[in-house]
Amino acid sequence: MVGETLRNLLMIAWLLPLAGFAVEIFGGFWGSRKSRVAAWMSVACIGIGFLCSVSALVIWGNSNNWTVLDHAIDHGESHPDAGHEEGGHAEPVHAASATDSHNSPDSHNSQAATATRGQTVFSGTLYYLARFGSLDISLDYYIDSLTLVMFTMVTFIATCIHLFAMGYMSEELTEEFVDHSAHLSNGHHVHRPGRYYRFFAFLSLFCFSMLGLVLAGNIFQVFIFWELVGICSFLLIGFYTERKSACNAANKAFIMNRVGDFGFLIGLMVLWTFFGTFRFGETVDGNGDVVQAGLFQMLPRDAAGNVLRDAASGDVKLGAVAAADQPAGQKTIPYSLLVVAGLGVFAGCVGKSAQFPLQTWLPDAMEGPTPVSALVHSATMVAAGVYLVGRFYPMFVQEVLLTIAYVGCITLFMAATIAIVATDIKKVLAYSTISQLGYMMLGLGVFGWGAGLFHLITHAFFKSLMFLCSGSVIHGCHHEQEMPKMGGLWRKMPITAFTMLVGVIAISGLAIPGLVSWSSVFAFSGFFSKDAVVATSLAFVKGNPTHFLLFIVPLVTAGITAFYMFRLWFYTFAGKPRDQHIYDHCHESPWIMTGPLLALSFFAAFCAIGGEEGPLYRLITGDQPAHIAHGIAATAGSGELTLPGHEAIHAVHGTAGTLALIAAASGTFIAWLLYGTTLVNVAEIKRQLSGLHGFLANKWHFDEMYDALFMKPSHVVGKCCVWIDKTVFDGIIHGSAKVTIFVSKWDKMFDEAVVDGFVNLLGDSTFAVGRSLRVIQTGRLRQYVMFIVVGVVALFAILFTTFPG
Amino acid sequence: MTADLNSYLFVGAVLFVCGVVCMATKRNGIGVLMGVELVLNGANVNFVAFSRYTDLGLDGQVFSLFVIVLAAAEAAVALAIALNFYNNHLTIDVDRANKLKG
Repeated sequence: MVGETLRNLLMIAWLLPLAGFAVEIFGGFWGSRKSRVAAWMSVACIGIGFLCSVSALVIWGNSNNWTVLDHAIDHGESHPDAGHEEGGHAEPVHAASATDSHNSPDSHNSQAATATRGQTVFSGTLYYLARFGSLDISLDYYIDSLTLVMFTMVTFIATCIHLFAMGYMSEELTEEFVDHSAHLSNGHHVHRPGRYYRFFAFLSLFCFSMLGLVLAGNIFQVFIFWELVGICSFLLIGFYTERKSACNAANKAFIMNRVGDFGFLIGLMVLWTFFGTFRFGETVDGNGDVVQAGLFQMLPRDAAGNVLRDAASGDVKLGAVAAADQPAGQKTIPYSLLVVAGLGVFAGCVGKSAQFPLQTWLPDAMEGPTPVSALVHSATMVAAGVYLVGRFYPMFVQEVLLTIAYVGCITLFMAATIAIVATDIKKVLAYSTISQLGYMMLGLGVFGWGAGLFHLITHAFFKSLMFLCSGSVIHGCHHEQEMPKMGGLWRKMPITAFTMLVGVIAISGLAIPGLVSWSSVFAFSGFFSKDAVVATSLAFVKGNPTHFLLFIVPLVTAGITAFYMFRLWFYTFAGKPRDQHIYDHCHESPWIMTGPLLALSFFAAFCAIGGEEGPLYRLITGDQPAHIAHGIAATAGSGELTLPGHEAIHAVHGTAGTLALIAAASGTFIAWLLYGTTLVNVAEIKRQLSGLHGFLANKWHFDEMYDALFMKPSHVVGKCCVWIDKTVFDGIIHGSAKVTIFVSKWDKMFDEAVVDGFVNLLGDSTFAVGRSLRVIQTGRLRQYVMFIVVGVVALFAILFTTFPG
Repeated sequence: MTADLNSYLFVGAVLFVCGVVCMATKRNGIGVLMGVELVLNGANVNFVAFSRYTDLGLDGQVFSLFVIVLAAAEAAVALAIALNFYNNHLTIDVDRANKLKG
């Protein structure tokens, strides 16, 4: 059974890091602080996980004869590279015999697809956690091409980062670590035992959480692992827990995520109330019968992909299949609540993926060690939000999609502008991450399901690469992060500089246009995925001209992206050294750090080869939701959106790609002009535009705005509460206390005078009687006999006088 | 002359008075007990006589039987007390037994 094999492989990949975590955290605590065992164990866990993921991908592909690489979306022309999946480790059988390439793109429950391609989506239950009435809380799995690609990507990148971290964190391999950034109250540095093992234990826990999130087969399970990922992020950001800034950043990340998770919970409640299940796929009982439809099957769509609505009430009738004639008494959900559910789940994604308006935590999260930034805050965890939007796509209606698009659009522009002025090398990358996540959200929002997730995967490679490069720089420069103090470093660290350049070119989307046809462009991965996003948004704007900003902004931002990324590279690696001291002491990192850089740079460059006809894109979109491919045409005059299908997108691909390339090239040129040459005085420009510079350097005043909007009002409310507490409530309490004391005094007097007096009187009189009676108790027997005699005689006397007869 | 009720009552009164005098005058504990027995037997004679010469049936006899049993029990307890007292004080002079004097 393919499904069981896949399930078992992915479960191994998923659970091994948990076992690793358990062993490392306890073993490391009692073990030697100088031991690298924890790190090797961690690497082994995730490395085996990677091998399992790749095998699962190969088994999955073989089970459907790799038709996924063949289902030509637009042309049907087979790409020569279609045999390579992105991990590069597998040599799948290229199924030339698969003739069903005309097959409509697969749906989650399409019988036709199952017949031609075989089963490609596997779902089921791993373990029941709890059952409340009809609500099952269970650990499910849902395996389709997206799951497998995500597994492979996450485990591969995590393996690279684990290896890198072995070098990067090696200064923690000591019994006494001196933290130069943390001060005690007496001005000394903090001395503490090294925490090498703990870092790797947390990384393992994080991998477990992230993989669990990807494997999850129900939205509640996603939520569980969502929170686990959040707590790992908290632990890793606050890794240097003695530093106040790290603590604050960890708290900030956690709390900002809580805001989004609140929306997530609301979405979950709506879903549970109306759908009665959390599962994505069908619930199957022991006999293989479907007992309950999954979320994805219950939302009915017509042939064009529109959500079916009741003509009279506007409610959506829920059913197992999108049949036009639903039986009476069917469950319905008001359309507005469907929007609420979608927005709620998206709110969670906004928090996790650091989208506007919850983006401020991510730059602060750079307080964590750099491998954490690479793994958690660029490649995987923040990608979880985008992944969930992609996974939950069948449930999003177009109002939600439009919101997603605009949120992404605002985010990508804002973050890119801030990145222009940031001087901390990690902060630039942090803002670029936010901006790229915005691109993904935008792509998903404008109906580019494949484009958004494509960008997710490629971005994961080049962003983790760039973060590791920055880590290498920081390590080499002895924890100097300010770019103005660097410069000319390519002579000292050539491998880092070279791999960084690969990443910069990839993210900037530079390409060499081919002479033969568009598809023969030579470019690194970022070009293809960003091109896909921009093309989708152009197609979307063509259908809905009122939303023209959704194309203009990402296009302009493509230029800005190229500008700030090349600014970073020129600033750091090119030119003359600005700080001779740092330059003299910096050195290239050891092989254990540069090795992962080279591996990642290979994939950052070539993972997206072939673009949208390449293997990676086709793998991702292998099991795309059914209504994606052909787009949705708006009903005339209904105010609905026209959502572009693949054909519409392909029609504008050339235009969009050219425009994006021009933008990127000009951004690169300006960056070279400003930072690569001495022709233009940058400081002068900065002075001229000091207002704008200050605005951007202060991150659009978002922190101040939140301070004014939320912190200050809550302080005011708090002060009011204190005042009310101190005057009103304390007054009442003090008053009642005084009354009580007053009453008690009177009570005391009454007690002492009356109650005690009565009791004492009783006692005294009893005592007096006893005292007087005491004298006749002489103890002399004969006297007592005399009393008896006298008594008897007296008795007789009384008797005879009373009854004389 | 035949015995009538008054003769019996007279005997009972004599016994009673003898017993009371014995109780009141003896300092020996055993003597006091003997006085008690005399008083009780005086009462018994009265019970039986009343029962015999009036229409009370056997009530008096039954009462006297109870009194005899009671006297036996009383004697047993009192002798035990007397023995214990002797063990502790080497005398049975009741005037010496004044520990419970109030």
